[in-house]
Amino acid sequence: MVRVAVVRFPGSNCDEDARRGAEQSGAEAYFVWHRDTSLQGADVVVLPGGFSYGDYLRSGAIARFSPVMQAVQAHAAAGGSVIGICNGFQILCEAHLLPGALMRNAGLTFVSKPVDCMVERTDTVFTWAFERKTPVRIPVAHGEGRYVADAETLARLEGEGQVVLRYLKSSPGTEGNPNMSSNDIAGICNAAGTVVGIMPHPERVVDPKLGSADGLLFMRSLAGVRALAGVGK
Amino acid sequence: MTYRVHVRVMPRAGLLDPQGQAVEHALSALGFAETRTVHVGRAVEIEVDAKSRDEAEARARLMCDRLLANPVTEDYQVEVEAD
Repeated sequence: MVRVAVVRFPGSNCDEDARRGAEQSGAEAYFVWHRDTSLQGADVVVLPGGFSYGDYLRSGAIARFSPVMQAVQAHAAAGGSVIGICNGFQILCEAHLLPGALMRNAGLTFVSKPVDCMVERTDTVFTWAFERKTPVRIPVAHGEGRYVADAETLARLEGEGQVVLRYLKSSPGTEGNPNMSSNDIAGICNAAGTVVGIMPHPERVVDPKLGSADGLLFMRSLAGVRALAGVGK
Repeated sequence: MTYRVHVRVMPRAGLLDPQGQAVEHALSALGFAETRTVHVGRAVEIEVDAKSRDEAEARARLMCDRLLANPVTEDYQVEVEAD
């Protein structure tokens, strides 16, 4: 059984959803406190959404220096799987595990609504259960989700296929890119596809009773990482 | 010796600064028609113990590089108050 460690920072608030989603998808999922120094043999680490340390200074800037992040860095460096959702994505960028940064939404408001996205890359720890490029409708809930990187980094991300999730333009019922992210980027990964960060929240839509189960294949991906040769452990 | 260090962190020129734009519009609406551009950043004041002003400045720059500014999106200036 795949072991999924969900890191709890002070201010995390999507931790329970992430743990539950992973468990429901067949993983053994448990919490790790931000002061812990061990990931307890995790195969996959999830940095969940929320407002770690009150978003003081910049989102994710302080969480990056939590004791547990040393273990997360080491896990990632050894090829281990790390997934950041929303605030977790911000932390991954601040920790330089992913390139670029997430800035204040162009509209300045907190955006909380379902958005349509395209799963662009399907050989990552978080998307391999999608067999091909697939449109999904999942919620975003963030004030700072505008992905920014220098031109060279953006070109590399596009050239190497490191854009995992992209906001779909002009889809009925949504307005496309909710924050004016560069290249409509909603999520990216490292070259190997073992470290993935996305702004939308698939862990919130894993049950049709909640209105949609479009997030299920993301959770099944992380819960079944071992099934995919070459990605993760 | 204790030095007071003023750090100014600003969004990098050329990047969209929606906060600056919003303040700019508000100033115009208030009748400050002379307003051309506004940028909103962050000020951090730090008291540090150091052997010299140069050392205080060097340490503050390291603090900026490691935590206070995001090298992808922000630039910073460091000023050490006179002894």
